[in-house]
Amino acid sequence: MTTLLDPGARLDAEGGWVRLHPLTPLLRGGRFLLVVLALVGQQGLREAPAGPLLVVLGVTVPGAVLLGWLSWRAMRYRVTPTELQVESGVLTTRSRRVPLARVQAVDVVRPFYARVLGLAELRLEVVGGGSEAEAPLAFLAEEDAGRLRTQLLDLASGRLATDDAAAPPPEPDVVLVTVPTGPLVWSTLLGLPLVSAVVFVLVLVVTALIDLRAVGPAIATTVWILLGAGSFAVKRVLTEYGFTVAESPDGLRLRHGLLDTRTQTIPPGRVQAVRMSEPLLWRPFGWVRVEVDVAGYAGGGDQQTTTGALLPVAPRALAVALVARVLGSALPEADRPVPPAARWRAPLQARRLRVGVDARHVVSTSGVLTTTTDIAPLAKVQSLRTTAGPWQRRLGLASLHVDTAGRTLPGAVLPHRSASNAVALLEEIDGLARAARR
Amino acid sequence: MDEEAEERWRRPDPALLQLRIGLVVLLVAVPGLLTVAAVALLVGGAQGLAALLAGGVVTGLLLVAVRRRYDAWGYLERGDDLVVRRGVLVRRTSVVPYGRMQYVDVTAGPLARRFGLATVTLHTAAAATDAVVPGLLAAEAHRLRDRLAALGEARQAGV
Repeated sequence: MTTLLDPGARLDAEGGWVRLHPLTPLLRGGRFLLVVLALVGQQGLREAPAGPLLVVLGVTVPGAVLLGWLSWRAMRYRVTPTELQVESGVLTTRSRRVPLARVQAVDVVRPFYARVLGLAELRLEVVGGGSEAEAPLAFLAEEDAGRLRTQLLDLASGRLATDDAAAPPPEPDVVLVTVPTGPLVWSTLLGLPLVSAVVFVLVLVVTALIDLRAVGPAIATTVWILLGAGSFAVKRVLTEYGFTVAESPDGLRLRHGLLDTRTQTIPPGRVQAVRMSEPLLWRPFGWVRVEVDVAGYAGGGDQQTTTGALLPVAPRALAVALVARVLGSALPEADRPVPPAARWRAPLQARRLRVGVDARHVVSTSGVLTTTTDIAPLAKVQSLRTTAGPWQRRLGLASLHVDTAGRTLPGAVLPHRSASNAVALLEEIDGLARAARR
Repeated sequence: MDEEAEERWRRPDPALLQLRIGLVVLLVAVPGLLTVAAVALLVGGAQGLAALLAGGVVTGLLLVAVRRRYDAWGYLERGDDLVVRRGVLVRRTSVVPYGRMQYVDVTAGPLARRFGLATVTLHTAAAATDAVVPGLLAAEAHRLRDRLAALGEARQAGV
């Protein structure tokens, strides 16, 4: 551990240090054991002699258990008024201090196999993290995870002293929106799966018209399109099933998932960018999808992909109201069109390209088949850029980019404004953003 | 950007232009001349002359491009932000508020070092930020870096 480097740590050793749940090695090793058992099973089917198999099993199983136990023993964490401290590692030890003031979001993830045992994983997201969550604490008992989350968020927002006993009972969350399963399933099917099914059928029809004997091979070569789209749809529905948006004292609380469940907490003022998208096929139903971007959100992890959805599907008015609530004020109308010359550069979407600016947000709309509305809070603007390609300059156009610190959304892009308007907008947004930062 | 600000735009050092012209001559003009000589020897004088003409045109165009690219670079230190402009075919302008800077890099490759030049790169929390100023004399690069760092510290805003 760090005791050598940091004598202070020894003084209050055991002072608040906590280990993860004792079942952790079982869960972590469980998957490894399954792999080993599967391999062994394969071998067994090939009628390999039983003796060596038993030896292999006899070595790997206790070995895995021992390794898991050692790494569980080496890992411990504690919370101080300003930091979360995590120490881990058997051979190479690691001691990590996460400053709570930098915390962007806290997630409680419950993979299916952990839910069975009443365990959960706590993940802290910090600005400038790599591709993994900064401090994944896997696994904790569910109630411990919830309590730790509240404590960390309270400390991060400076709402509470460190004393755990003095904490008031957590106020219940106020549920703002619950997404029903029907629209979730239908809206997912109306996207990629429908398009790929249409492509599939078209390919078959065209092949049948040319040569009936080729239909079989055609099915064999194109069926993967259907399978891919199907697995995408299933995965999305499983992840976003039972999507609930609630307001809690800690910030916005998103709950979703059927088998693996995830609870995301986004403290106030951490949203870097918002996108509302409206695919063509959703328009008859008036549905939109809302995504938010928080700085430092790890893209993936092996099994729990962050969807980034704030609302997987909802009626437009509801979505707009929720976005306004999340961002703290009503959104400006995107009502400034691009000049007619932009039609030569982007004929299909020119009429959609609009911009709205007020004292707190930039709103831009774009898109051909999917109408997209991008919202960047001015207080989050990192830099502003204009770009003008040769064809744009011939037409007297320029694009303006409003960059924010998010990972998955681009902030707001304002394509094909007139060149003078782009410069004027840049100066306007620059000034407003400066005021918004104060 | 207003008229009076126009005069405060700073440019990369002329040494950058020399370096890039040198590169064009070294990598294009010299091999080109050798090729022309080979063609003239192997095929004949007329073809050699044509090749010489083509090579000359290509080199000339490259030199013009290098020159225009150099002329397009500029940076302006304003009260609250740094403005960088660049690009010939695609013109780009970046505005980076000092308070948003996460860190500043000064880099210099072996060639640039020989010319006493360095590149200053600004990084914000947004990956898309692309404010880069190449071809600064080492002293100017360090002055700019220190000034940016100081201003950034004074105006630092949370992400």
